[in-house]
Amino acid sequence: MMAEGTSPGRLLVTQETRPFLPAYLKLRHDTGRGRWVLLAPERILTPDETAVAVLKLCDGKRTVEEITEALAKDYAASVDVIRKDVVELLQGLADKGYVKA
Amino acid sequence: MRPTKTNGHFETLVVDDEPTNGVSGRTEVLYDTEASEALCARAPIGLLAELTHRCPLQCSYCSNPLELERVNKELTTAEWVSVMQQAGAMGILQVHLSGGEPTARKDLEEIVSAASKAGLYTNLITAAVTLTRPRLEELAKRGLDHVQISFQDVNEENAEHISAYPEGLRKKLEVAHWVTELGLPLTINAPIHRQNIHNVPRYIELAVELGAQRLEIAHVQYYGWAFLNRAALIPTYKQTMESIEFVERERERLKGVLTIDMVVPDYYAKRPKPCMGGWGKGFINITPSGKVLPCHAAETIKHLKFDNVKDRKLLDIWLNSDAFNAFRGTEWMKEPCCSCAFREIDFGGCRCQAMAITGDARNTDPACALSPYHGEMVALAHSEAGRPPKPFIYRNPRNATNAPKPEQRPLVPAE
Repeated sequence: MMAEGTSPGRLLVTQETRPFLPAYLKLRHDTGRGRWVLLAPERILTPDETAVAVLKLCDGKRTVEEITEALAKDYAASVDVIRKDVVELLQGLADKGYVKA
Repeated sequence: MRPTKTNGHFETLVVDDEPTNGVSGRTEVLYDTEASEALCARAPIGLLAELTHRCPLQCSYCSNPLELERVNKELTTAEWVSVMQQAGAMGILQVHLSGGEPTARKDLEEIVSAASKAGLYTNLITAAVTLTRPRLEELAKRGLDHVQISFQDVNEENAEHISAYPEGLRKKLEVAHWVTELGLPLTINAPIHRQNIHNVPRYIELAVELGAQRLEIAHVQYYGWAFLNRAALIPTYKQTMESIEFVERERERLKGVLTIDMVVPDYYAKRPKPCMGGWGKGFINITPSGKVLPCHAAETIKHLKFDNVKDRKLLDIWLNSDAFNAFRGTEWMKEPCCSCAFREIDFGGCRCQAMAITGDARNTDPACALSPYHGEMVALAHSEAGRPPKPFIYRNPRNATNAPKPEQRPLVPAE
């Protein structure tokens, strides 16, 4: 993770961050296409299964660490690997303004 | 619509309202067509609903056609409601309510309700000068998801010169504050041309101050009224490049604070934009009277016949109409497109620009360096940008009635 970007207002995702999706993002199941879509201003994101699992846990209450632990129960990967993946995923979304804390 | 890789877990598609949303000044964009294929294989994803051609502003770069549609030809409330229901049912994901000025429709509230109930992500594209706070609150209540406000300039005097509307900037700033106060996401649209390109830095500061999520630095694309007014609008190559480089630096600095999308003027490009992400591939445009177009400049291709939502179902038009099938895929292409390695990446560029500049919509877009018309088009851009700007021909019903014709002499292709 590139952490050099310290622009004012940029959210840096850590283990303690309590991420949530702003109200204007819509995580919707697109039944016709049989996949999840995340609808954003003039963007459509097509999250994979892992990303959907993470996003569903982003409620503003759970910390990144708690999200990681929850996922560790369902996924056959080490907590370290999952944590790294979750932080990268959320940082990428935060940099696009799609995740707040 | 353009797909970009976000990270290992996402594909992102841009479903902008611009006819030109394949263009990007962004260096990290990868033209990965996987996400686009996955979503668009079944149905279009974006709908641009031009609710009316009425507008209080008279901007000379307007992308509406020169022949503006009259109010008595506009679809009824029930017809627009049906369009929104059909759009949701056929798998469209986002709708852009645009115009003209969409708030000129008194029934905008009902149209927003219908779009929201149909599950569409609903985006209002407005000039904002006639919008009231109670009306905005009502629209938000009915499920409006996003507001985009155009700013003609960040300087009141120049904004009035560009839009022929007094004190528009003051009013727009007021509405922008209401949008963020109501918790709606805000996009600032900055239509850039030679008469405001010097203010790009101030536009960026303003977007941050207003708490906008997104800023579109949208260099004017030369269709419709903008084509007619090109000599008043096209910036020099140097101005264009400096502005693009500046925006690239700012985008990096403001990561996570402000998303900056940039549409660059393709007269100075070497490769054409994948216009609309491909003709009839992911995007539908409906005019105020209900004509269904593959892009909002498509009517400049005179031999195409366009169906109307009053006569046929939207899905039927999408799948079966002659206009949508005219340039789908690669079958229609001539050389150099049909043997080009990029033919499924940029689809030969823009059909309307090929029509406007070369007189044949099947030709390679002259923005492509491989087009025999490219050299002449670039020379034309340099020449117009190098002379003092011509006076604006403002976009209004009077000038539309007088049917101005662009002074485009036919260009001669190179050997």
